[in-house]
Amino acid sequence: MDRLNECDGPIYMNPSDGKYSTSRDILFVARGAEAVVEIFSDIAVKTRIPKRYRLKEIDTRMRKNRTFTEARIMSEARRIGIPTPIIKDLSDYVIVMNRVHGRLLKDCITTELCERVGALVGLLHKGGMIHGDLTTSNMILSEDGRIYMIDFGLSFFDTEIESRGVDVHVLFQTLKSTHDGYEDLTEAFKKGYRPILDCADDVLNREREIEKRGRYL
Amino acid sequence: MKSGEKLVLGIEGTAWNLSAAVVSMKGVIAEAESTYTPPSGGIHPREAAQHHSANIGEVLDRVFNTASSEGVLPEDLSAVAFSQGPGLGPCLRTVATSARALSLTLGIPLIGVNHCVAHIEVGRWNCGMRDPVVLYVSGANSQVIAYRRGRYRVFGETLDISIGNALDKFARYVGLQHPGGPKVEKLAEPAEEYVPLPYVVKGMDFSFSGLATAARDAFDAGAPLGNVCRSFQETAFSMLVEVGERALAHCGKSEMLLVGGVAANRRLNEMLSLMCEDRGARFDTPEDRFVRDNGAMIAITGLIMLENGITTPVEASAVNPNYRTDEVEVTWID
Ligand SMILES: Nc1ncnc2c1ncn2[C@@H]1O[C@H](COP(=O)(O)OP(=O)(O)OP(=O)(O)O)[C@@H](O)[C@H]1O
Ligand SMILES: [Mg+2]
Repeated sequence: MDRLNECDGPIYMNPSDGKYSTSRDILFVARGAEAVVEIFSDIAVKTRIPKRYRLKEIDTRMRKNRTFTEARIMSEARRIGIPTPIIKDLSDYVIVMNRVHGRLLKDCITTELCERVGALVGLLHKGGMIHGDLTTSNMILSEDGRIYMIDFGLSFFDTEIESRGVDVHVLFQTLKSTHDGYEDLTEAFKKGYRPILDCADDVLNREREIEKRGRYL
Repeated sequence: MKSGEKLVLGIEGTAWNLSAAVVSMKGVIAEAESTYTPPSGGIHPREAAQHHSANIGEVLDRVFNTASSEGVLPEDLSAVAFSQGPGLGPCLRTVATSARALSLTLGIPLIGVNHCVAHIEVGRWNCGMRDPVVLYVSGANSQVIAYRRGRYRVFGETLDISIGNALDKFARYVGLQHPGGPKVEKLAEPAEEYVPLPYVVKGMDFSFSGLATAARDAFDAGAPLGNVCRSFQETAFSMLVEVGERALAHCGKSEMLLVGGVAANRRLNEMLSLMCEDRGARFDTPEDRFVRDNGAMIAITGLIMLENGITTPVEASAVNPNYRTDEVEVTWID
């Protein structure tokens, strides 16, 4: 795949060790589940590190596919108007992207924001994409007031009601487990989601059906 | 009579295992069990319930006998706890009926315990954990759970069948006897090849039915059984460990507890402990006897609830086959 050079900025790769840096020093390291994200003043370097617990075959396949997928879909989502970080460089396991200045939605969720998330997810789905890991840890409210989506490693292209329903279900489950006011938050999401997508009600009904599966039989 | 410490009798009977135990906070004083073995394959709810009602008198006799040889008499008990759900309705009702009768005869409180919460509590108790992310994997359940503000919240779960169910179904298909999980584990051990199988994770949710089908197909297409078993485990467990790690990251917690019948699998233990080691989290799983369904877990949970002033009036003691983990009010964590 070609390097996704949508924007240029001051980042440097040290040819001896292949590591990235900026003129300024690293500020902190965010550690998600799969990746180590090094945060510099203007850029974020997301590296999918090897996992000792899984077989090499699975591990390599996983990290490559997800890095590639993330870069691909993050760009596509941005193209249709969803705020996502601009990708500056890409290799097998590393994505270099713009840093989004702001707070995780996990730490500042409100019904107003949730309604806007509904509209963004609607747009993403309408554009034929599924995020795959819609949680409030994977959205950032930026200082300029926009909601950015990040972490597209589990994304894929699909327009099936089922896939969209699962996508919404994953988000609703996080709202329920991580936040208070579940009813209000999901209602707000629906309010934002419905007007964007023609089949929104089918998706939301499917979500309710999915919620009932997987329970004790 | 043991003075000072409270003693609780717990009865478990949500599925095929009927088990009773008397515990104090210090440990198990007596336990007895009787297991229903289905003649073929899966569990038949009515037959399991018949097994439970035919055997519960004998199981209780045994547990009381052992307890009395340890100096504990029925009148020393502070409460009777029973598994109120989730589980098979007919089995649950058999156990609840006995528990109500005992509570009435002995004049002590009744405590309805959620079976899933009991798996967590016995694990926290046995491993000395405070506030872990819990991976609960059994024949009936596959969930990632953590405590937040008065409840155990489900952060992720299977979108179709449980891991135990997927293993058993696959095992039965390839001709292994019930329960299939341990046999798959044994066959996987010496195998060295990996057959690619579908890896399906959606955020903190996951799915096993596609994997089970693909594993069958691989076997039908002639892949050696050992290799398929190994690939099944490696794929399914990688999914579970990944989701467990995502929950640790998302919740910002630093303890990981593995519970439920599938927790006996050594490879799954190894994978989780590697993940936790690399993250700087603590990993543990209870002793085998507390991992599978057992009376002690119901008793320990009942005891914790009793210490926190929670008992179940008879009017509220109806069984709940669909009892959700997050329905229970948890007042004993913070
Ligand atoms: N472009 C960015 N700008 C600022 N912060 C970022 C950016 N990308 C990631 N982060 C921070 O790093 C954290 C982890 O990133 P991300 O969610 O992409 O990886 P991950 O959680 O490891 O992946 P996964 O959830 O698939 O396991 C985020 O929650 C966020 O705090
Ligand atoms: Mg993330």
